Amino acid sequence: MTLVVGAFTIGLILALLSMGVWISFRILRFCDITVDGSITLGASVAAVLLISGWSPWSATLAAALAGGAAGLATGLLHTRFRIQELLSGILVMTALYSINLRVMGRSNVPLLNVDSLATPVARLLTRVTGGVDTILFLGWPVPVTDAAMLLTVLLITTAVAVLIYRFLLTHIGTAMRATGENAQMVRAQGINNQAMLVFGLVCSNALVGMAGALLAQYQGFADVQMGIGMIVWGLASIIIGEVLVARLTPGLALCGAIMGTILFRLLVAIALRWGLNPNDLKLVTAVFVFAALVLPSGIKAVAGKLRKGSRHA
Amino acid sequence: MLNIRKLTKTFFPKTPNEVKALRGVDLDIPEGCFAAIIGTNGSGKSTLLNAVAGTFEPDQGQISIDGQEITGWPEYRRANLVGRVFQNPFAGTAAEMTIAENIALAMRRGRRRGLGLALRRSAREEIAARVRTLNLGLEDRLDNPIGTLSGGQRQALTLLMATWLRPRLLLLDEHTAALDPKSAAQVAELTLEIVRRDKLTALMVTHSMQQAVQLPEHIIMMHKGQIVRQYGGQEKARVRVPDLLAAFDQVRRREQLDPTVADILTSQYG
Repeated sequence: MTLVVGAFTIGLILALLSMGVWISFRILRFCDITVDGSITLGASVAAVLLISGWSPWSATLAAALAGGAAGLATGLLHTRFRIQELLSGILVMTALYSINLRVMGRSNVPLLNVDSLATPVARLLTRVTGGVDTILFLGWPVPVTDAAMLLTVLLITTAVAVLIYRFLLTHIGTAMRATGENAQMVRAQGINNQAMLVFGLVCSNALVGMAGALLAQYQGFADVQMGIGMIVWGLASIIIGEVLVARLTPGLALCGAIMGTILFRLLVAIALRWGLNPNDLKLVTAVFVFAALVLPSGIKAVAGKLRKGSRHA
Repeated sequence: MLNIRKLTKTFFPKTPNEVKALRGVDLDIPEGCFAAIIGTNGSGKSTLLNAVAGTFEPDQGQISIDGQEITGWPEYRRANLVGRVFQNPFAGTAAEMTIAENIALAMRRGRRRGLGLALRRSAREEIAARVRTLNLGLEDRLDNPIGTLSGGQRQALTLLMATWLRPRLLLLDEHTAALDPKSAAQVAELTLEIVRRDKLTALMVTHSMQQAVQLPEHIIMMHKGQIVRQYGGQEKARVRVPDLLAAFDQVRRREQLDPTVADILTSQYG
């Protein structure tokens, strides 16, 4: 049960990252790999601020702002200085590695004896249940601290998802969606498509920074290596989500991204339980994303050839 | 209304592919005039239109609308004054967004876009009412992705979007060329209807002489980056397709003659 609760918690935290990646990859159609750096940036900023006595809320918010700043850098490199989109992301991601080390002062910052966002929820749960250590959830004992964390991230992720959904239906939100799809049309409607792209990348990386802050609070440390491969995890989650729900409306796509992330984390947890070497995890994920990107069109091509072949025969 | 002075543009300058697309174009379109630009391939007619729309920066010259110079304005800023319909019927709309959402974008052209919902009930009703006037039955499909529509339907909607807020200038870039004959006729008719109803100033590039004779009040003939002839008023009312073809022939003949004459002269006196 700890496994499932853990997978759900990490899944809900990384759902913030997936929604961020969804904004850049699907809405803006911009392959932004700043993510690998900005999630670590969020984690380090939050960790350092928490240790120096900031409240968890303000530390998380600061982490989101830091992530947004990273997105701003990538966006400006691409629009102002006309650097290719991938390269802009790579440059910022690389620079962030050093920045993260500077922020933390070392490669790993443990969070011992500091409050997290879940602490007040844990206190509340303990008071309500009368001071027990574990509560029963579907008949399984779950430590109160774990339950509190799960509840906290559930609330945060849901609130953020609702906010994003509502934003996508506003005047600016529709303009942003159109920007990724047809920049020419967007300009003809009087929208500065480059400013819109930069703004989108800021939003996207702010979500990723927030995910980093929550991840650090959940696992109890920030580490300079923690961001490696996160973009691929995000992509894998989005692709799983798109299988679960058709990518028809923004609302459905958002639900898909969240569900996809949780399912992905559950699959990872199960695979590790079955004896998958954790070192192989990123390789497996990369192969999975490759297969998911290539297979649909590959199957179509093969099917088309077969059909043509039978017609000739 | 629209004033263009000495507009020059050379693409790929100082390379073997150098193209002198515009060679000092002067043009004045008065308020409320519907003008067509005709010309052969490579005559610079689309380049001239794109220069007004702001897709590139000219090498020299000025463009102004209502006396305000817009030569240095970025494309998106000119959209405050200019409505556009493209040759590609898919270029003017965002395919995965719904009909209503696409139109909602056009309803804010040149206005501030805030955090209000793009499709409030009142906006939705207004959209349905105006889409109904197209008589395409699309008012019942406002929540369908616009990508599910045909090229003709999308072009009609793009035209509606470009004129939703009355533009100071409407730019039409061969907007019926990529459509099947029936849709092309429908869109052409709709164009004329909207331009007349709203008394719009419009500039249309076309390669159809027929369309140039039928739709606009003014014809601008371009060749090799220059305006070679204009028909307006009485003369435009009388002009027919054979007259335009004859005029083109004349331009071409004169052009063929010139280098030959130059050659003779250089061989004799050079």
